Amino acid sequence: MMALNAMQIFMQLPKTNCGKCGFPTCLAFAMQLANQKTSLDSCPDISDAGRGALEGAAAPPIKKVKFGPAGAEVEIGDETEMFRHDKKFFHPTLLCQVISDDDGDLEGKASKAKDYEFDRIGQVMNLDTVAVRASGDVGKFKESAEKVNSLAGKPMILMADDAGTIEGAARSLASARPLLYRATQDNWEAMAGLAAELKLPLVVYCEDLNGLAELSDKVKGKGVGDIVLDFGPTKLGDALRNLTILRRSAIKKKFRPFGFPVLLETSATDPGLMGALGVAKYASIVLFESVPVSTIYPIMTLRQNIYTDPQKPLQMEAKVYDISGPTNENSPLMLTTNFSLTYFIVRGDIEKSKIPSKLLVVDTEGLSVMTAFAAEKLTAEGVAAFIKKLGLEESVAQKSIIIPGQIARMSGSLEEESGWKVIVGPRDSSGLPKFLKTQTS
Amino acid sequence: MVFEIPKEKWSGSIREITLGATKEEGGTRTSKVIIGGSSALPYLNFEGSAGRKAALFMDVLDTLPVDFPSVVKEEFGDAINDPVSWAKKCVEFGAEGICLKLVSTNPEGEGVGNEDAVNTLKGVLGAVGVPLIVYGSGHFDNDTKLMEMVSEAGKGERLLLGSAEEDWYKSIAVASMANGHRVIGFSNIDINLAKQIVILLKDFGIDLNNIVMDPLQAALGVGLEYSYSIIERIRLAALMGDNLLQAPIICDLSLAWGAPDVNEGDRLGDPVKRGIEWEADTGMSALVAGAELLVVRSPSVLRKMKQAVDELYPGGDE
Ligand code: B12
Ligand code: SF4
Repeated sequence: MMALNAMQIFMQLPKTNCGKCGFPTCLAFAMQLANQKTSLDSCPDISDAGRGALEGAAAPPIKKVKFGPAGAEVEIGDETEMFRHDKKFFHPTLLCQVISDDDGDLEGKASKAKDYEFDRIGQVMNLDTVAVRASGDVGKFKESAEKVNSLAGKPMILMADDAGTIEGAARSLASARPLLYRATQDNWEAMAGLAAELKLPLVVYCEDLNGLAELSDKVKGKGVGDIVLDFGPTKLGDALRNLTILRRSAIKKKFRPFGFPVLLETSATDPGLMGALGVAKYASIVLFESVPVSTIYPIMTLRQNIYTDPQKPLQMEAKVYDISGPTNENSPLMLTTNFSLTYFIVRGDIEKSKIPSKLLVVDTEGLSVMTAFAAEKLTAEGVAAFIKKLGLEESVAQKSIIIPGQIARMSGSLEEESGWKVIVGPRDSSGLPKFLKTQTS
Repeated sequence: MVFEIPKEKWSGSIREITLGATKEEGGTRTSKVIIGGSSALPYLNFEGSAGRKAALFMDVLDTLPVDFPSVVKEEFGDAINDPVSWAKKCVEFGAEGICLKLVSTNPEGEGVGNEDAVNTLKGVLGAVGVPLIVYGSGHFDNDTKLMEMVSEAGKGERLLLGSAEEDWYKSIAVASMANGHRVIGFSNIDINLAKQIVILLKDFGIDLNNIVMDPLQAALGVGLEYSYSIIERIRLAALMGDNLLQAPIICDLSLAWGAPDVNEGDRLGDPVKRGIEWEADTGMSALVAGAELLVVRSPSVLRKMKQAVDELYPGGDE
């Protein structure tokens, strides 16, 4: 977001120092506003021109658009970066399954949408939205959309190329706040009229970017505030170029017609590759015609990777975790790091052994075992001190600890520092179930 | 409406590097591969040249590790038990080059002799006409001897030798210079280290035009985001004019198969397709970040990456 400084704000204020805003001077008010401590509404005397200038400059380069029922809505847009390393990407790409209203398995597909839920390193990954596409029959479309809405229970996209077809479903489901798809050069007046009336967000489509800019402006002029841009199905190269141009125009040029999230279609190429491209390069919604888990799960994982905050690896609290049910003082104790990925992999492997175990997670600033060891964030001194601090000699009878095989080199020094017995475990935690059985038998 | 494509002005470009040498050039390859040459962010030909098409090599190991993915074994069938047949199969599948990993030479592992490994190399060179990348086992002491032999055996072939690291670069640099080979500078997901290894090689006497950079491609779900951002940052610095970072980038996708999710049975969908998508998505992210040479493991992924490169490359969309 292009933030204004106090001086730039001050220039637009009445400069009468009347104090109605609650601050003694216009400059004091400007300073508070620059720090986002007050709102522009507090000054009753600002001119329309001044307000316009300030609001325009302060608006985010890409508008945040929400859809879906209150409480379960999804948010897209409001991005500020071209590259995730500059800060981070904020609103993860939504993955959407398209179901045609004449699909023989419409109900099955709609009900199954809920099953796409995976717990990966402590985060839930979902198929976020479901779309219903009209095949022609108005009545059927409305009926199918209602059915999908109740069965899938997800934010929806209603897809039809004319307002007449979409209207019945849109009115009937208005309270579930679906995203309407789509205004085209032919239908935009009617579509925009409907979206404005029902206050629903609207996809604006044109294959050509000049046309898309024009249409976006026209639709906005009709009173539609929430727009999603769509350049239609393309091959990978054009998708990458178009997505980059739209994002750059919005962020670097503040080109308003493109200041909206973008929807990406996958039907003209390999959907898995297009999905991966969209997640990495700026798509806010990706439409899939079919969603085999073997395709979608990797894309969800990529999304999790790309949208992680580059400054903060996902981390666990450093402490002792009980795994596979309540433990006692004779349960085995194992060591790992607080990198979420490491923790969840090791945890999963211990669970497979079904042996109630204690897992000591040490603070390595979110680094994996090998990385932390190489960076000296996982040291014998550190581990020994943590064992002492937690008072583990009280709760672990055998006074021994199993360490990852990758850091076997640490075993001697850790024995010395802690006075505990150190057992070197397998290099990969997948070997733990077998290993633990031999240990406890 | 006046809409202008927002273009970035770049002062730098990526060096072009040729792998493989034909008969006229003193080698025996029937095809060559040229990588690099772009002067814009990946595939953004509206602001500069998209350069050469990214090249797709396939990896061939001289001995199969126990954890080698069964999906890929099945795709290759019996051929996978013999590196020469394996390499031939790769070329049939459409690989533009072979990445031969002489892992058997690790004295702490199988400890097969270097002579046997070099014979494998000669066999592969004789059986296929495409350019080769050759790696040792990662055991520095042995690789020092091995790479000298590899360099001799591949004399004139313009091999790409892997890989120089901060702690071990002199012997491979010598092996590369001795017989006109190219060399990979490896670093550990860190832009400064990526630059550091190039500086070490350059100061040692290697021509910058002979260096390919490997910033370590982590697998999807296992640190991919770090690799992705480092490649993007390296590419941006190169385009902004940092001469030392203007080397083409190689990404080895084989690590993808080590991600725990790949070995999860069928809880997460068809395990065969999932493994393939796992490698393909790792590759797709590498391509859009800036990689120009991919080492692919599965034939199905090769097909997908071929489609990706053909579609991404300007003029290739059809
Ligand atoms: C992503 C990555 C990074 C990321 C960090 C990611 C993170 N948050 O940790 C970044 C880019 C920051 C990074 C940096 C570095 N890295 Co790094 N990195 C990797 C990479 C690609 C993946 C690591 C990973 O996430 N692994 C997955 C997790 C789950 O693995 P894990 O924690 O080890 O857990 C496994 C086992 O240890 C075991 N296990 C874990 N806990 C337990 C517990 C028990 C009881 C048992 C039995 C087993 C067990 O099972 C787990 C599953 O297999 C690896 C290469 C690779 N493919 O492994 C290199 C790697 C780990 N890095 C390495 C190095 C050297 C570094 C640096 C020191 C480089 C440098 N000089 O700057 C820096 C140090 C960081 C710093 N100074 O801040 C080396 C380590 C070499 C060594 N043998 O010591 C590796 C192996 C790469 C290499 N081949 O050279 N790295
Ligand atoms: S209310 Fe407006 S005009 Fe009055 S002091 Fe505050 S900023 Fe200035």
